[in-house]
Amino acid sequence: MSGPMQDWKSQKKPFAAVATAPVFWIALFFIAPMTIVWLYSFGQNAGPAEIDISGTLDNYKRATEWLYLSIFLKSLAVAALTTLICLIIGFPVAMAITFAAPKWRPWLLLGVMLPFWTNLLIRTYALMALMGTNGYMNKGLGGLWDGASWLRTLVGMQPLDAWTPVQLLYNNFAVVLGLVYVHLPFMVLPLYSALDRLDKNLIEASLDLGAGHFKTFMQVVVPLAAPGIVAGVMITLIPALGAYLTPDLMGGTDSQMIANVIERQFKRANDWPFGAALSFLLIYAMFILIALQSMRSNKVREAR
Amino acid sequence: MTETKIPIIQIRNVSKRFGKVTAVDNVSLDIRAGEFFVLLGPSGCGKTTLLRMIAGFELPTEGQILIDGQDMSLVPPNKRPVNMVFQSYAVFPHMNVTDNVGYGLRIAGVSKGEIRDRVAEALQLVKLGGFEDRMPDQMSGGQRQRVALARSLVMRPKVLLLDEPLSALDAKLRAQMQFELADLQDKVGITFVTVTHDQDEALSMASRVAVINKGEVAQLAPPSDLYEYPANRFVADFVGSVNIFEGTLTLDEPDKAAVDCPGLGKVYLNHGVTGPHGANVWIALRPEKIYLHVPGEGKAVRAAAQDAPDGHNLARGTIKGMSYLGDVTLYDIQLEGGQIIRVSRPNLSRHDQDDFTWEDKVSMHWRADSPVVLLS
Repeated sequence: MSGPMQDWKSQKKPFAAVATAPVFWIALFFIAPMTIVWLYSFGQNAGPAEIDISGTLDNYKRATEWLYLSIFLKSLAVAALTTLICLIIGFPVAMAITFAAPKWRPWLLLGVMLPFWTNLLIRTYALMALMGTNGYMNKGLGGLWDGASWLRTLVGMQPLDAWTPVQLLYNNFAVVLGLVYVHLPFMVLPLYSALDRLDKNLIEASLDLGAGHFKTFMQVVVPLAAPGIVAGVMITLIPALGAYLTPDLMGGTDSQMIANVIERQFKRANDWPFGAALSFLLIYAMFILIALQSMRSNKVREAR
Repeated sequence: MTETKIPIIQIRNVSKRFGKVTAVDNVSLDIRAGEFFVLLGPSGCGKTTLLRMIAGFELPTEGQILIDGQDMSLVPPNKRPVNMVFQSYAVFPHMNVTDNVGYGLRIAGVSKGEIRDRVAEALQLVKLGGFEDRMPDQMSGGQRQRVALARSLVMRPKVLLLDEPLSALDAKLRAQMQFELADLQDKVGITFVTVTHDQDEALSMASRVAVINKGEVAQLAPPSDLYEYPANRFVADFVGSVNIFEGTLTLDEPDKAAVDCPGLGKVYLNHGVTGPHGANVWIALRPEKIYLHVPGEGKAVRAAAQDAPDGHNLARGTIKGMSYLGDVTLYDIQLEGGQIIRVSRPNLSRHDQDDFTWEDKVSMHWRADSPVVLLS
């Protein structure tokens, strides 16, 4: 892979020609605004539209108060639960795609990716239409309930009480369900790519040596799919931790996540410095997660 | 090896179809305990499918497979008393050599002490002592294959299945492993069933060979029989190289037979063949069983071919091609009828290859017991 064209040291001009535009882009639209927000986090409101960057750590002190820390930890718990459910659902899905007949595989992958083609907002509202008290889920359940009630009258028993719709929306359950729904493809795709690379003979070799399917799964499939599992977990956990739209639309008063709190600081509370501090606390946490993961994968590489 | 014992593997009328494709077509054969059995055939002939059905990775569409007298129809691969060495070796990349070899024993719940002893013993057997802590990606293909062998042998299976065990090795290593595998089989006494497309491999290692063609057994015989007494044109052609001529059976008595081949001439055999008189048959003649004579040695040729009646087992032609291979030289000779016949001549002295050259007119003869008459 290290031909003359790949070595940027010996080909500085073409490399510079290719690299300048993206570097400029990242500097202008990513690093500069992030730096500004980062500086805000050390400032205080000096007027309705004026921020004085004084180097104070008050914002961080306030951000680590229990009121906000608890929301932060709760966000982490919700994101972790979401990731776990995605992993449990995503693994069999990824395996099924891997072992499907080759002519079906592209269609199954398309099925996984199809939701990406629809706007997140529309998908979320569609899910809400399904889950509302007058939604199709409740209607379906109500239909089943009425049917059961009618069957009871057929055999001469008392009919059931009228169906009371179940509250599916505006609670923590709805948030986790919504997050799982949105993030599942992020989990399935890296898992699929890891499982697809796995030599199927290894599975047969394990069976051949006397291991059942469960032991083969635990001893051979999971360890060899580990890079895919880690990638899937990271790629699900990080956006889930910063989720805003789903808890905002589907959550109740007690199910706000850290991103909703941050949004409120920037908008309604008009406290940009504090919002910036909260944002960066979230970013630091993500950095730590990524650092842990890369340390782990370095250790695995060294062990080899 | 007594033939009265129950065969370790009995394959009874087994067929395997994938959709409309018939991979294995009504195969019946017995594999005896302690045998080094080889399934030989061109790629896509169904030999690997047959092996995978013995291992349990494929189920027969029809027929049944018995291992040690027990029907395997409902027995999953992890419960069968056989182990397989995969073509790709399938060594677990996340485990070191010790853990790879001990995998099956760990699954079976064997005690740690016994695992240690048996793994050490198996590694000794495949000459991998000192490699215990190596990871597979630090090993060569040949070494990985030894790990795969040890991993299977440590289970002490009744039958060891090997799928193209030598195909990924280079020529030198392959020749060495051929001997080592045969030697190993001798030492452990386990029945080996090997799949290969390489006839040299089959001939050098096997006690018996089943030649498979288009999902059917073309011939089942010990290696020397396969070469010297091929049952049909496919086997004659697939195992070794051969000259085949079409002809008509003109004489067939218990102790002699004659075939008139338009392309070659009159062929005489000192044994009978059981074919109807006037039948359309084929003559198979191995290149090394044809003697070349320097032009003008007519008398000597006739004298050499005297075990056949006058005018039989003789041919004349012109050398059109030569390839010197060191130990032998191959000649492609155009017969008077236009067909090409291949003759191989051992270089018994250092100058033998200079005896003939391109466009030389040469005479040939062969002995009356050399040609094989094939009915199909």
